[in-house]
Amino acid sequence: MQIYLPIAEVSVNAFLLLGLGGIVGILSGMFGVGGGFLMTPLLFFIGIPPAVAVATEANQIVASSFSGVLAHLKRKTVDLRMGTVLLIGGLVGAALGVVVFNYLKAQGQVDLLVKLCYVVFLGIIGGLMFFESLRAIRNTKRGKPPTRKKHNWIHGLPFKMRFRVSGLYISVIPPLLVGVSVGILAAIMGVGGGFIMVPAMIYLLGMPTKVVVGTSLFQIIFVTAFTTMLHATTNFTVDVVLAVLLLVGGVIGAQIGTRIGVKMKAEQLRILLAIMVLAVCGKLALDLLIMPSELYSIGEAGH
Amino acid sequence: MRVVAVLVALFCALPALAEEVVLGFSKDTVSINTSFDGSEILIFGAVKREAPIPDEPRLQVIITVAGPNETFAVRRKEKRFGIWVNTDAVEIDSAPSFYAVSTSTALGLSLSDTEDLRHRVSIPRAIRSVGAPDTIEDATTFTDALIRIKSSSNQYQLNEGTISVDAQTLFRTAIKLPAALTEGDYETRIFLTRGGEVISRYDASIYVRKVGLERWLYRLSRENALMYGLMSLAIAIGAGWSASAVFRIFRA
Repeated sequence: MQIYLPIAEVSVNAFLLLGLGGIVGILSGMFGVGGGFLMTPLLFFIGIPPAVAVATEANQIVASSFSGVLAHLKRKTVDLRMGTVLLIGGLVGAALGVVVFNYLKAQGQVDLLVKLCYVVFLGIIGGLMFFESLRAIRNTKRGKPPTRKKHNWIHGLPFKMRFRVSGLYISVIPPLLVGVSVGILAAIMGVGGGFIMVPAMIYLLGMPTKVVVGTSLFQIIFVTAFTTMLHATTNFTVDVVLAVLLLVGGVIGAQIGTRIGVKMKAEQLRILLAIMVLAVCGKLALDLLIMPSELYSIGEAGH
Repeated sequence: MRVVAVLVALFCALPALAEEVVLGFSKDTVSINTSFDGSEILIFGAVKREAPIPDEPRLQVIITVAGPNETFAVRRKEKRFGIWVNTDAVEIDSAPSFYAVSTSTALGLSLSDTEDLRHRVSIPRAIRSVGAPDTIEDATTFTDALIRIKSSSNQYQLNEGTISVDAQTLFRTAIKLPAALTEGDYETRIFLTRGGEVISRYDASIYVRKVGLERWLYRLSRENALMYGLMSLAIAIGAGWSASAVFRIFRA
């Protein structure tokens, strides 16, 4: 069944969109990532104009994260205090990110920098997570207790705050900085930023994995809602029909994903996410390295 | 009275062209609704003439359909530091968002270069590019690339020999519009040519319009963007919440 999208001005198969939404929704629920880093390239691939894909994806992430965060709130696996600190940083970061994005757009290099950002960040994070998870799995097999809660330089910073749900007493500066950098990247890359925030919360802030997923979803909702409004009012690129189709699949997928996530071990979850992150990274890196079949591309005029 | 009417008609017809077009469309409005998946327009007509049909050269018909003009930036990738990067860019000042040329025989045979230049009929002539930077010497390759990319998605079409002409008087053709259409007035031109010279030209418009929900959403997004954004968020959150609620009922 073909459906015409009013803002994207293209006709696509409705079931294809529902299916894409469902698959990305399952991953979103399992890992607590918004799924934007998978969905945005997939939308490019089926012929949605990049500007519309990025803006609409922000809107869709709000929905898929909302149902996910409700599931986590019920199980009390959201650290609201930590989420709020991350959110304050995130909003500042998103505003900064839009300024950077517009500057790069004027230079005509925004596509390249977005892709390079993906390759670098996905590569580093995927690699780190993969090897860390492998080590953790090996340790549990040998019967060693997991070594968390190390005291590092983060514990020496001022403005300490108690985060009861996470069981942490740390300075607000690291979570604020994590929020800002995720906000910047979210605005530039057109994603929720969960795939960067989740590892940062686990490895940098030392939060328990079960709390990390719900808390990152909580922060993502507000940052992507802010980004959606920014795109809708400045670029007119939010396609609500596209978003609804993606999110109908997405919300159902997210519920299924959350169930799967509960049943799986944290290490298994992490290694799966790491493999997926590395796969997307590899695909994007190949696109940059292999000579494209069409060297020319059509874009909107630069001014 | 009847004699006067005939005389008046003759007098009026005299300064006009010897051969003229009477045109019909299967539809002059293309409505884009939710299930829009491209469209086909039938264009047909007849040649009205006061004199007997000249034998040689034969009458040829050319029909062009052009969507609203847009400005494009065409960029070229080059290998820098091992990766493929956009380097040179040329701005195409004005190119139609959609352009189809249909002819009754090969375009080169039915239209001379001078006439093509005058009426901007062929695809390369329909594109205007003036401002290539001095650093780019091969600016035409960028225009070629635009045509190549647009042609591969059926947005530019050269349909040679698709107009059937009966007895040098009746002609008809069908033009396929792709699903990805821009809203606007699609300027349609019909040329009658003999020996490469344009002997008559007829202009009409096909209106491509969004209708119903499509139209309402599009207008809201442009005219009241804040409202539209908030609505999009509300729909998204509503759907997220209701799906969650449905799952809760299933579990209980």
